[in-house]
Amino acid sequence: MMTGNLAAAWGARLADVDYVPAFPITPQTEIVEALSKWCENGAMPARFVTMDSEHSMMTAAGAAAATGARVFTATSSQGLLYAFEVLYSVAGWRVPLVLVNVSRALAAPITLEPDHNDVLAARDTGFLQIHAETCQEVVDSILMAYRIAEDERVMLPVIVNLDGFYLSFTREPVSLPDPEQAKQFLPPFRPAHLGFTASEPHALGVAVLGGATYSYFRHQMHLASLNALTVHQEAASDFARLFGRHYDLIESYRLDDAEDVLVMTNAFASKGKAAVDAAREQGRRVGLLRLRVIRPWPAEAISHALQGRRAVAVLDQNLAPGQGGILFQEIAACLYHKARRPRALCSFIGGLGGKNISDGEFRAIFDQTAEAGLRGTGIGPVLLYTEAEHREMVQLQDLAAESRADS
Amino acid sequence: MTWQRETFKKIKQIPREEHVFPGTPLCAGCGGLEALRLAAKVLGDDVVYVNAAGCFTMLAAYPYTPFKGSWLYTTMGSAPAGAQGVRDALDIMIAKGRLPKQENLKVVVLGGDGSTYDMALSSTSGAIYRGLDFYYFCYDNEAYGNTGMQLSPATPYGARTATSPCSVQHPAGTLQEKKDIFEIWRAHKPPYIATVAPRYPLDLEEKFARAAKLAGPKLFLALSACPTGWLYDPGETPEVAKLAVETGLWPLKEAVNAEVTHTYIPKRKPVEEYLKLQGRFRHLFEPTLQTEAIAHIQERVNTYWERVKKAEQPG
Repeated sequence: MMTGNLAAAWGARLADVDYVPAFPITPQTEIVEALSKWCENGAMPARFVTMDSEHSMMTAAGAAAATGARVFTATSSQGLLYAFEVLYSVAGWRVPLVLVNVSRALAAPITLEPDHNDVLAARDTGFLQIHAETCQEVVDSILMAYRIAEDERVMLPVIVNLDGFYLSFTREPVSLPDPEQAKQFLPPFRPAHLGFTASEPHALGVAVLGGATYSYFRHQMHLASLNALTVHQEAASDFARLFGRHYDLIESYRLDDAEDVLVMTNAFASKGKAAVDAAREQGRRVGLLRLRVIRPWPAEAISHALQGRRAVAVLDQNLAPGQGGILFQEIAACLYHKARRPRALCSFIGGLGGKNISDGEFRAIFDQTAEAGLRGTGIGPVLLYTEAEHREMVQLQDLAAESRADS
Repeated sequence: MTWQRETFKKIKQIPREEHVFPGTPLCAGCGGLEALRLAAKVLGDDVVYVNAAGCFTMLAAYPYTPFKGSWLYTTMGSAPAGAQGVRDALDIMIAKGRLPKQENLKVVVLGGDGSTYDMALSSTSGAIYRGLDFYYFCYDNEAYGNTGMQLSPATPYGARTATSPCSVQHPAGTLQEKKDIFEIWRAHKPPYIATVAPRYPLDLEEKFARAAKLAGPKLFLALSACPTGWLYDPGETPEVAKLAVETGLWPLKEAVNAEVTHTYIPKRKPVEEYLKLQGRFRHLFEPTLQTEAIAHIQERVNTYWERVKKAEQPG
């Protein structure tokens, strides 16, 4: 039994990383605490350095990877945003490091519990993104992430995402890959095109003059990211052969005969699966599609899984104010040209700041999605918020008003 | 106690070999580039330059660099953190036997004053605190130069910049005093800090030679006389750099383990001689002579050197 955070630390340990630049932030801190202990007692032959900010942390991580070391680091939320500029830089350097993000909603108002506005803000940085549902998937995805990132056809950094609290602090049974088998799956990092040495100097991240040169390099990143779709599948089949667990770009849950499909990501997908089971018991033909690899965007796999359905509900655990759900837009875009696209697409926003999604809310999603499918027009964005939650919120507002009147 | 040069006594001892080649997109007469050219004569080619956003970023413009060594452009705020990553990775790979020792490199941060004095202060502080074995080379042209000379915390009192213009309310232009980055660095107690000026090559070379013997953070503040920004003819860079030192405005000094020594004691020409050469100070002289502002600058210089005299020549 181990927490998602400890599973993440084990992922780095089994990947035999050389270097861990770190900076503490809730709810990620347990990861770097574990790694610092293992680096100190020799369990991990790696160097651990506490940096002065996430911005410095990401710079050191990228620079060390550019020099030829295998690098791991982790952050959350505000930390990811503090490092934001550097995310684009290190992706542009084409360095294959792995960054674990433990999702936490963004300020303001400041909070600790998860949603995905942090990690999805990084969707255009050039980092690949794997979103994990379970502690087992966290450790496995980190090993796969290095294997994909370091492939010559890819050479891009990867974010492995797990939800703060719901996964970071939840203990689950985890089967740790055997270290020797892990080495077999992930050969030593010996990059052909990186490194600064006396006999082989390199210039990296240099200025370019003019848009044509810039466009060329940016498009190379795009093509490399798309290559990761193929490389992921190769890595997944090797992983399954060695460890008996298979991960696809997306996960289909009870989709075979599903009329209506709920799309979710990360740990809350477990709640979604339970809701699907409950709805199935009521005789409803519903299923769940969990997005796992979000960058590169597996458009073919997603549209293949969703075409021919009556209706699709995308449950975004994020909110782009003034727009709606981030993943909803991407799902809609990849279905547009499909002849057998669903009759209706519905957008739901839920789980913001770690807000629970109740059985009733899931039932409402299935009801409204089914109606939308029959009608042939979608709905949303709909914010999931129960009456009880609303009453509590009003009470808090009354208290705030009273205390203001008192003073 | 007078400071003695040990390695570089005569100009002929400066190696003729060049390590920063000509033909860069930098401005003609760049004092910072001249200081770097001299520094590289001691640093050599086995170097990785870790650059922060600034004028020197244009040194490496695809597909050229003027160095035989390596280059990594990072960000404006985190070049010292980049140096940390490179240094640590080289150490790890050498320790694990993946890299032969002869492949090792010196790690040198190149940052302008905008990065050094403000944006990268946190990452510089962190790198010194961690005892990182690296060089920091700040080319200080006393403004945000690459963006067209806006006020930076290195801009001296009385200079006119694009964002501290002289006006009726503020006839002197910049009102703030230059931030004392040397003392900020010194508070961290790194093994070596020095100021250098390109017109004093023996002093500069000697300081890089002395620093080379020390492990840990080695920080250099290089006067970067700037014809484009300070508004003088590019051919006058040597004269401007010389007068900065001879008026006492740019003290040449070092701090070994925080112990300060001034490496050259100027006879201190009046500050006007330096100010008059540059368009950024022209408003102090015309249309009306700003006697008070000039006196203020002179006063600051006098106070500084009186304090030096007390501190370094006891009794």
